[in-house]
Amino acid sequence: MKSFGPVLVVVGCILALWYGAAVLMNAQWERDQAGRAGEAIGWAQIVPKTMAQERPVLPAPHQVAAEFWALTWGEEVGGRRGIVQSGSLSNRGLVLHAWVTFSATMLGFAIGSGFGILLAVGIVHNRAMDASVMPWAIASQTIPIVAIAPMIIVVLNSVGVAGLIPKAIIAAYLSFFPVVVGMVKGLRSPDGMQLDLLRTYNASAAQGLWNLRLPASMPYLFASLKVGVAASFVGTIVAELPLGGAGLGTRLLAGSYYGQTIQIWATLVMASLLAAGLVAVVGSIQSRVLARMGMGA
Amino acid sequence: MTAAVIEAKGVGLTFQTNGGPVHALSGVDLVIEKGDFVSFIGPSGCGKTTFLRCMAALETPTEGSLTVNGMSAEAARQARAYGYVFQAAGLYPWRTIGGNIRLPLEIMGFSKAEQAERVARVLELVELSKFENSFPWQLSGGMQQRASIARALSFDADILLMDEPFGALDEIVRDHLNEQLLALWARTEKTICFVTHSIPEAVYLSTKIVVMSPRPGRIAEVIESPLPRERPLDIRDTPEFIEIAHRVRDGLRAGHSYED
Repeated sequence: MKSFGPVLVVVGCILALWYGAAVLMNAQWERDQAGRAGEAIGWAQIVPKTMAQERPVLPAPHQVAAEFWALTWGEEVGGRRGIVQSGSLSNRGLVLHAWVTFSATMLGFAIGSGFGILLAVGIVHNRAMDASVMPWAIASQTIPIVAIAPMIIVVLNSVGVAGLIPKAIIAAYLSFFPVVVGMVKGLRSPDGMQLDLLRTYNASAAQGLWNLRLPASMPYLFASLKVGVAASFVGTIVAELPLGGAGLGTRLLAGSYYGQTIQIWATLVMASLLAAGLVAVVGSIQSRVLARMGMGA
Repeated sequence: MTAAVIEAKGVGLTFQTNGGPVHALSGVDLVIEKGDFVSFIGPSGCGKTTFLRCMAALETPTEGSLTVNGMSAEAARQARAYGYVFQAAGLYPWRTIGGNIRLPLEIMGFSKAEQAERVARVLELVELSKFENSFPWQLSGGMQQRASIARALSFDADILLMDEPFGALDEIVRDHLNEQLLALWARTEKTICFVTHSIPEAVYLSTKIVVMSPRPGRIAEVIESPLPRERPLDIRDTPEFIEIAHRVRDGLRAGHSYED
């Protein structure tokens, strides 16, 4: 591994800023409380209190960390509804919600990238598709997902499709686009000479796709998959916002209804860990595949 | 050695561009016989590469007739009548050297056993047997170009079309590859068409030198070489060699003065 020094310095700076901001943003509430009780309050008392509020404007990092721990390890191992005592994941804990979001993300990502690759192959091999598909793909991404997601869910619900599928479709809706753009570029990356070479062998279009265009597009594919998996994750969370049931998006919205800021932040931590993990997994597959292909990343 | 492998009669090719028509080739008449080693030499824009691409059916002439192996160039391409070597090796970086040479064999549907046998044979021909499992980036530029020649030879087409294959290599490597190419030509008895910028290279290799000139691209002169087929490198110091080189240079100069 590389040196952790610079990373730790950055983390330290962020934590310091975070604590500073927590003190400043939460101080007003303490002053109001003290004012109502008719007491005078100085900074020496305010500072420790700002870090231990139940519903702070901005929770301090250690509060978020404690909540995260309580909602994962604490809930599953020690809680009555946790996996240790009940045999299934607790619906209060973050692990279940993360799993629900993860499965919808993966399904949507698979649909989206598969669809994106097929579209790209069509665009590269068919003039009519080349002229007609791309503008629609671009137009599809200009529609705010927050606006269209609830409608897709309502429409699908009315025809009896509920649960994982609607979320996955919205995730796919966001993730196919980077894959199309990247793959069109990748499939067109072989130069004229390489295409001429296949012509001298009288190779068919399918042989050209399989032997030249697809392998040549791999670096482009993985770059778009990294963007795609992140987009897919965001799509799933947005799709979960209007839904009941489980999922990190549902959990975020519930937290904001009830002013549970610490819980919201703990959920955000879970979401960012999951997203970072997804991108990292794609990245490690990328370096393995490209290394095996002799194109070391 | 009298069967005509390639016959061009009045071949012309005009590209329509935004700046008006460009006459890349005009009135090319040429007969290439089986076993010939023909070099095409001339300044940039003289149409030598274009003519080679016409023979390969990568371009289609707009005038005249061109037959390869007695059929149209397009039919010859579909019959896989020739192997083509480009200016750059153009090996696929994700395939090993052996894998690159196997590419045409896979596309043409040879059996696995035959593929392995042919790959081994052509690798030996270009002296790269030890590198079958290496990736292209592990080889020098000259070795990569040899691998690309092996790739063109692997499916045993009778005709080898080579477009400045050694243009990007230094002179020492080039001399060596020229010698190897002659040895290979002697062993395989293929008909070779070879585009080059270099007068010594053209004279050293060829039985027939086609001197071309630009605007419009056309044949200025065809020189039959009296040199023997067996050619050691030092043949380049003999008076005969120098005399042919002179004739080629004169032909090139005559072509150039035309445009002034």
